[in-house]
Amino acid sequence: MAVADSHADEHHDHDHHDHGEFIAHHFDNAEQQFDSGKLGIWVFLVTEVLFFSGLFVAYILYRNHHPEIFEQAHVFLDKWLGGVNTVVLLFSSLTMALAVRAAQLGKNKQVALMVLITMVCAAVFLGVKAVEYSHKWDMGILVRSAFDAPTLAAALNDGVHPEPTVILGLKFSKWLVTLSIVPAVLLVAFLIASGVAKGMNKDIMSKFMACMAITVGGYFIGLLGGYFYQEMTADSHGSHAMVTPADQDGPMVLYALTQDEDHDEKAHAEEEGHEHEHGEDDDHDHAEGAHAEGEHDHGHEHGSSHGPKVDPADYNRDIGIFFSIYYCMTGLHAIHIIGGIAALAWILYRSLAGHWREDYFGPVDYVGLYWHLVDLIWIYLFPMLYLID
Amino acid sequence: MADNNHDHASFAHPAPVKMLLAVFFSLIFLTILTVVTAGQLPHPFGLYVAFFIATMKAALVMLFFMHMFWDKSFNSIVFMSSFLFALLFVSMTLMDTKAYQNDIDQFPREAEVQAPNP
Repeated sequence: MAVADSHADEHHDHDHHDHGEFIAHHFDNAEQQFDSGKLGIWVFLVTEVLFFSGLFVAYILYRNHHPEIFEQAHVFLDKWLGGVNTVVLLFSSLTMALAVRAAQLGKNKQVALMVLITMVCAAVFLGVKAVEYSHKWDMGILVRSAFDAPTLAAALNDGVHPEPTVILGLKFSKWLVTLSIVPAVLLVAFLIASGVAKGMNKDIMSKFMACMAITVGGYFIGLLGGYFYQEMTADSHGSHAMVTPADQDGPMVLYALTQDEDHDEKAHAEEEGHEHEHGEDDDHDHAEGAHAEGEHDHGHEHGSSHGPKVDPADYNRDIGIFFSIYYCMTGLHAIHIIGGIAALAWILYRSLAGHWREDYFGPVDYVGLYWHLVDLIWIYLFPMLYLID
Repeated sequence: MADNNHDHASFAHPAPVKMLLAVFFSLIFLTILTVVTAGQLPHPFGLYVAFFIATMKAALVMLFFMHMFWDKSFNSIVFMSSFLFALLFVSMTLMDTKAYQNDIDQFPREAEVQAPNP
């Protein structure tokens, strides 16, 4: 701690304790500063847990009331893509823990490398997520208010998908291309910034911008990995749901969605009896009313409603609510990943500038704790959303 | 001042690399386990097993990656309190959740109200 000592000696007259370069004046020593920051970040993590707990409550309540919806809806989530993302996040947690260790030993270059790997993993995670999201949006699987049942039925029955955008002979979803505009712009911007910084002899900034470009590159690695996985596993219909409509034992939602109009009317006729004649207009309304009466039991004996009583409109609404919860939970988590990348970028810059010492590594530790919390939340989200039996 | 210099690095506890790697591979093993067992177990158990494995993984991350094992116990208490309050949040809401089911069942649906009764 030669640096800290010499620094402290210089300021001996007005500082009555040793203050290193980054030790704030109002702390007694480095350890007190570290402990204060640590308590601060733990309190912040408490607010994060409570923040997410609202969504967990929504999930638990809805699953408690409508377990059948979760069984129907999760077939649209690919557990292998989710599993790969879990492993990527766990690996990023490992490299983050190694970064904290390196910072505690004052090895700045190692911190920079480990933080960079962490950031690339975070970007890979987002790339895979972009593939998952865009594929769902293509199939009309959106939040409840925007849920597009006809598109989903068309995708499942006839493999009808929106026109893809062709890049280098590969067909990409338009949504995926839209999502990738910002990363593509960032990639170019970081590369240019790195070059400019090099030209201005700002070595650290140049390296930092190059690392940011590598990070954004991770997004495209994840994107291409997810894309080729989807291409490989796509069935003849081009849909990636784990259960196809041809599967007679498939979940009710697919059964319901693939029924044609005739079936709907038959179901309605059985339900209503043949008491009254009605025109085309109120036909649908009656079907909904009839279902409303029957709705109460499908929460309790969900196996029994696998039959002509299923009203497509009602099930569309229900799995739409599942996806509202899905998009809120994974979307909020993805925002935390993006925030984490920003925080890690700050750590990376300071690592390149060589700021960490054996008595000053707090920020690496704090960002690390945040990063592990993001991982922790995913550890629960993964089985909750992808692995429903 | 000389006293302070002694405890410069005393608050840093660099975790052994081997331990971090062991934790990582345990986490990967548990992830594979949860993916493989998903949908294989009889109905209520699958949920419990998945939740149990997730909690194991969370404990590993918290204890070793987040250094809770070496951290001040006050920090652990602060963090663990969040789970207590999350649990209160969930259980209180669950207690209340079906309180108005009768009213909901009796409430006329929009479709029924709008449809003219012949």
